[in-house]
This record gives sequence, structure tokens and C-alpha cells, in this order.
Amino acid sequence: MTVRLEKTDVVIVGLGAVGGVAALPLTTAGLEVTALEAGTWLSRADFAPDELRNNVRGWPRSAQKANKEIPVHRPNASAPDSPRQSVHPMMNAVGGTSLHYWGLSFRLNPWDFKVASETRRRYGASRIPKGSTVEDWPFDLAELEPYYDHTEYALGISGQAGNIRGKIDARGNIFEGPRQRAYPMPPLRGTGFTDLMASAARRLDWHPFPGPAAVNSEPYENRAACVYHGFCSRGGCHVGAKSSTAVSTIPKAQATGHLNVVTEAHVIEISVNDDGGVNGVTYLKNGESYFQPAGVVLLATYTYENVRTLLLSKSKAYPNGLSNNHGQVGKHYLSHNTGAGVLALFPSSLNTWYGLPAQGIAVDNWADDNFDHADLDFIGGGNLWVYTERHPIAAAKMNTFGRAPRWGSRWKAFIKENADRWTGSYLQKTTFPYEENYLDLHPTVQDPLGFPVCRITADFKDNEKRAAAFIQDKMVQWFKEAGAIETVRQSIGTMGPTTHAYGGTRMGDNADTNVVDRWGFSHEAPNLGILGASVMGTSGAHNPTLTAQALAWRTAAHLIGNWRTISS
Amino acid sequence: MTAENEATGHNVSRRELLKRVILGAATVVPASFVTGATSAQESFETLTSAEAATLEAIVARLIPTDENGPGATEARAAYYIDRALGDALAPSREAYSAGLAAVDALARRTKNAAFARLAPQEQDDILREMESGNTEGFTPNSSTFFELVRTHTLEGTFCDPHYGGNASFVGWDLIGYPGIRIVVTADHQRLGQSPRPLHRSAYDFERFVKEVLRRDR
Ligand SMILES: Cc1cc2nc3c(=O)[nH]c(=O)nc-3n(C[C@H](O)[C@H](O)[C@H](O)COP(=O)(O)OP(=O)(O)OC[C@H]3O[C@@H](n4cnc5c(N)ncnc54)[C@H](O)[C@@H]3O)c2cc1C
Repeated sequence: MTVRLEKTDVVIVGLGAVGGVAALPLTTAGLEVTALEAGTWLSRADFAPDELRNNVRGWPRSAQKANKEIPVHRPNASAPDSPRQSVHPMMNAVGGTSLHYWGLSFRLNPWDFKVASETRRRYGASRIPKGSTVEDWPFDLAELEPYYDHTEYALGISGQAGNIRGKIDARGNIFEGPRQRAYPMPPLRGTGFTDLMASAARRLDWHPFPGPAAVNSEPYENRAACVYHGFCSRGGCHVGAKSSTAVSTIPKAQATGHLNVVTEAHVIEISVNDDGGVNGVTYLKNGESYFQPAGVVLLATYTYENVRTLLLSKSKAYPNGLSNNHGQVGKHYLSHNTGAGVLALFPSSLNTWYGLPAQGIAVDNWADDNFDHADLDFIGGGNLWVYTERHPIAAAKMNTFGRAPRWGSRWKAFIKENADRWTGSYLQKTTFPYEENYLDLHPTVQDPLGFPVCRITADFKDNEKRAAAFIQDKMVQWFKEAGAIETVRQSIGTMGPTTHAYGGTRMGDNADTNVVDRWGFSHEAPNLGILGASVMGTSGAHNPTLTAQALAWRTAAHLIGNWRTISS
Repeated sequence: MTAENEATGHNVSRRELLKRVILGAATVVPASFVTGATSAQESFETLTSAEAATLEAIVARLIPTDENGPGATEARAAYYIDRALGDALAPSREAYSAGLAAVDALARRTKNAAFARLAPQEQDDILREMESGNTEGFTPNSSTFFELVRTHTLEGTFCDPHYGGNASFVGWDLIGYPGIRIVVTADHQRLGQSPRPLHRSAYDFERFVKEVLRRDR
């Protein structure tokens, strides 16, 4: 039997990185918000500096939901399924994956909002990759700027501005679009290694800058500054210096008295009225089933679950899944082209045993359309990122650069000498959506509740492969300039489940090719909003979260301004 | 060993102390390791004694005890694997039964003796063959099992000692990892600096509670 609860104004499904941001403006405006979160609260004591637990076993999470519904990948519609990943990278807990993400908080660059029209204008329509379904965003960077700003200040982001109201500051990213003011905190500290890399970039006439991070570089709003101990990737922060939503926007929203957080609430369906509007959600908690009626539902469960929840919510009005009468749910899927890294071996120790992945140096000279593509065979580019972080198991698992076997005495001598002399790089490259890349439900693989898991059908195409090779060349050049004696190019990998998964509920004015409108609300079910990178149609060359959070804030602001017309 | 004692600053169980003393004494006499003497007999919880003997012999070749100091034997990587197979690595328990039996069968077939009784060079021959994947008797193949054991041996040698491996921090010392520091200064991150090695498990810090590990999975 399902327990029917009292109606609330807004239900947010999933209180993670983006749901946790949307809650703040909504509750500040006085709307009653119920957040249904599959996980529970985690405390600082949960975040031990333990590589095996965090990085090898993927344990720090408060509920095992994601790990029981890991999406199944296949490269194309006629290929067999790839071996299933054993750990889901995303976190189930209040604060979601913002608890254990790296915290890199770039804004997108202006070009990312108008890839299609800019490519046609500058290089001709033939340069749009074959089979791509890319569209311009329905608005440009300037429209999103105020929400980036709100988000950066509400969370607490450290960084160096590169463009304040058109005034370029070469200490920051000279390619970024105009921002109205500086970051709330200065950037994280540089290290010996990042200084070495920054000098090398300058010698190449590139423009290195410290990356923006959702990590306090100094005390911020009663939260401590980072202590740089370096176990916060896949582990949370034990001093609360990482600006996860669990310690920033969610507590602020709770302080309004209008946020009701229900933990261990596993949402299984969104229900609709005969007129096609949504009227609430059903969730399971401790074996009981509950129906939570609401005037508006905001779905914020991350890309794979956003798509899966819609496809599983079938009704008379939506026989193929909620908001899917145009067949667009699951389409325009892309996972960021972040494989194809470069490893480097240096002749002496880098002393990078401590520090965090957000403590690094970026170069955007080869990102987006920041360089001329007229004579190149691809569109887009990549952000180059090097950082300071090393743990012992990963250090010992180092690539041997063709200089030693993989075990035995010679290997042991090699790692003894070189464990602290190598480094990797994180190269985020432009990725396009393609007709052939999509999400749907798996025909046979199910979660423990008997619901099909998400299936990913996707593969990198020529444009992604060429951009990757080009960016690897640049990274090799940078490492060599800094003194590296060996480099290794890593493979591009597959498009299996990832932390940067975009599309599936794309945002755009055209209801035939997009699931949500320019405000993030369904073209078909007007009081259903969708939050997260699943609404983004392009990846840019930077991590998704700050953009997804700014979009969530914008969706919330639109809802507040149009409450009467949207809610039911 | 002195740096370790100086930095530990917490209560060590008697058993732990004893273990450290034994290992500490042994590192002063590296010859005893080079000849292949095993550390104090462990009581294995998950593996049978035959399986344990084979596994100990494998890890001793993967990360040997040699002129560069202690290896997987002193780190107690096999002990780590044994404990983990009854716990976090339980899904691999069957792969170990089948794989270790296949290693022994291969040793008997090609070298006429149990793997653990072969000379180190012969053991290396067998491991190389397994690594290449060309050997019969393994499901799905020998390289999969080789990689499984290699991965777990690395974990057992370089993990937080809380999990039973990296005993006396021999793994961390081997690669020069200076240990867990709760506060890292700018100096700790400069080129040319080598922070003083600290020998503490994450769970030696009071703020991190072991209890959370029980809930994990
Ligand atoms: C190791 C790592 C490093 C990363 N580094 C960065 C980085 O540096 N910069 C960056 O921008 N991004 C980074 N990311 C990606 C980033 O974490 C995601 O972009 C972001 O968390 C997505 O936000 P979200 O709210 O959509 O999903 P999440 O933050 O995962 O939140 C989703 C929430 O929904 C809950 N949920 C799911 N299904 C249900 C359901 N059915 N019912 C109820 N609740 C449900 C989950 O429990 C979870 O709390 C990283 C990710 C990982 C794993």
C-alpha cells in the first residue's frame, strides 16, 4: 500500500550537485520544497584519507543505489554489450557527487553556446561533423552569467578571473567570457610542480592560469580553508573546505525553514494527470511506498537516472515514457572526451605526493575555437590540465614508459626511483552529439527492483579522435618544454558510464529535437523541470558541474517568477 | 624504524609491536630475505594452506625482497588478500581457488613440483607464461588471473596498513611516499623537498572512525 503524503509546492528528486543548488533560490523565495534523496547525510568522519577505500573500492557513499544500476554500454546498435563497469562513479548521499568530485568549477566559454552557427559562419556548414545533431544553445553566455555569479558566491569558488566586464587579466583565463566580478576567493595555492608547468607554458607563449575550484582557498562563510592533504577525489573533505552542496547551499536552504530533506527516499516514478501535467512522485523508503504530491517536480538524479526515470514513468498521456512523445528522451547523448591523456616521466622527483586534483594549472589556448581551424580536420579542441595529487597504490601502478617490465626486481627498482617522477594530465576535449549516440533502457539487465538499467549506445567519432590526437600533441609539447624525458599517449577509451555525461533531455526551443525548453521545463509536461548536464547540448572543453548548477539556478529563478502559470 | 615510532604517537597493540620488532630485526639482516625466508607464519583465514603457500610464493616474485629492501612478503600482501577474499574481495574467492590450483597444476606439469617449491627463476618462467596468456588450464585465461593477483598484490603492498597489508609501512617506504598528513604546507609541496616520512594509518587519527567501514559496501 502506498502512503499518500500532504502536497508540497516543489519536489526535487535527487539532492546532489544541481538539486542542492536549485533548493536555495526556491526556499529563499518561500516555496515549500521537499527534496527526496536516495542517500543519507555523510559526516566529516566518513572522509578518511584512505586510498583503498576511496579510489580503489569506491566506498564512501551512504547508500548503494548507483552501484546497483550501473549503465550498460555498447559502442553501436549492432555491437554486443561491453563488459559492465564494476563501480559507478557517482555518489548517493545528500550533496550527491559534489561530495567527492574534484571541484573544478570552470564556466563554459562563449563559443560553447553557439558551436553550430559559429562553425558555419567561420568555416562553412560542411565542417559540422557528419551525423552530428548539434544545435546552438537557445541563449548565449551573457544570459547565463548572472546565474554563474550567484552559484559561485553561494557555493564558494576559488579562482583567478581572466575577464571582468571585458577587462582582460592575463593571470586568469584570457579566453573566458566577461564576468561581472572576481571570484569570491583567490585561487588555490600553486606548487613546485604547477609552477614548473606554468613557466614552461609561458615559454611556449601560451596562457597558463590556475583553475577555478569549489574548494576554499581561505576561510569562507564559516567554513575552513583547504589543508591540501589530498584525499578528496572520490572522498569528501574532512574539514568542510570543499564547497559541496552538502555544506553550502543545502544548509542555507534548510535555514530558510522551507526545505524538507527526506533521505533514503528512492524515487521510482513520476505521475501525471490526464492533461499531461505531473502531479507528484512515488518513492520507496525502508520498504514502504509513498506518494508525494507536488505542484512542480524537478528531476535532478544525474544524466543516466534522469533519462531512466522518465522512460520508466509511462502513462496514458506518455506511453513511451514521460515527456517522450517526440521521441527525444535519451537522444543527443554525449560523454565528455576525457580519455586520451598523456603521461610524462621526469628526470627528478616532482614532489606531488600531496595536494588535490583541483590544485593545478590550465591552458585554454587549444580549447574551443580559440585557434584557427581552417586548415585542420576537426572542430573544437581541449582544455589542458595538470595537477598535484599522488597516492601510493596509484603511484606504484605507474606506467613503466617502456623502461622496465611490470613486476619483479627490475620493476621494483624502477618504481623505487620513479614513483614520484611521473605525472598524468587531464584533457577535456569538445564532444559532439550524434544521431547514433543515445541512451535507452536495457532489454534484459535490471536493477534489484526489477527495473531495466540504462543502456548507453555511443562511440567516439572522427572529430573526437582527431581533436584528441591534436590535443595530445600539445600536451606532449608542454611536458617536453617542462623537461619530461618520456611521454606516453593514452587511448581514447570507450563511451561507457562517466562523470561527464551530457544530453538525453536536451534543452532548446524546438520541441521536435529537445525535451526541455530554454528554461529547463518539459515541452510536453509544463510543470516538470529537469536539472543537470542532461539538458546540455554541447560539452565545451571544461567540467560540467558549475554550468549545470548555474542552469539549475536559472530554472529555479524562472519557476519563482512564473509560479502561477507553471505549477498545478 | 625510529622515524615510525616517533611519528606513530598512538597505542600499538602488543601483537602489532611484536610484528614490527620481528620485521624490524629482519630488515637489519637483509640476507635472510634474499634467500627467500618467509616472514612469521601467518594464520590464513580464507585460503587453504596449499592455496596460501602458492599465493605467498607468487607475491614474493611479483615484488621480490632484494637489494632494494623488503617486498610483498614483508608487506604481507598475501595476508591482505586472504583477509580481503573473506570480505571486500569475496566475489574473487572462486577465481583464486581455480587460479591458484591452475598455477600449481601448471608447475607440476612443466616443472614437476608444486609452484611454491620451485626455484625463483622457474617461478618467474611460469609467471611470465601466465602473463602472456598463452597457458592452458585457466578460465577465462591465465593473463586475467595474473592481472587479478598483480592488482591485489599492489593493493596489499601499498594500501593503508589498516587492511593488513603494507605492514610496517614497507610499501610506502619503498616508493618514498611520505605518509598521510592532515595538514600539508606550501613547503611540503615544493620541488626538491622530501617531507619527513610519517607512519600512520588513516584510522590512527581519532577523527576518522573505523566504524564507517562496516557500513561500506
Ligand atoms: C571523482 C569525480 C570527480 C569529478 N570532478 C569534477 C570536477 O572537477 N568538476 C566538475 O564540474 N565535475 C566533476 N565531476 C562530475 C560531477 O560530480 C557531476 O557533474 C555532478 O555531481 C552532477 O550533478 P548531479 O546533481 O546531476 O548529480 P549528483 O551530484 O550525482 O546527484 C544526484 C543525486 O540524486 C540522487 N538520486 C539518484 N537517483 C535517485 C532516485 N531515483 N531517487 C532519489 N534520489 C536519487 C543521488 O543519490 C544523488 O545524490 C566529478 C565526478 C566524479 C565522480
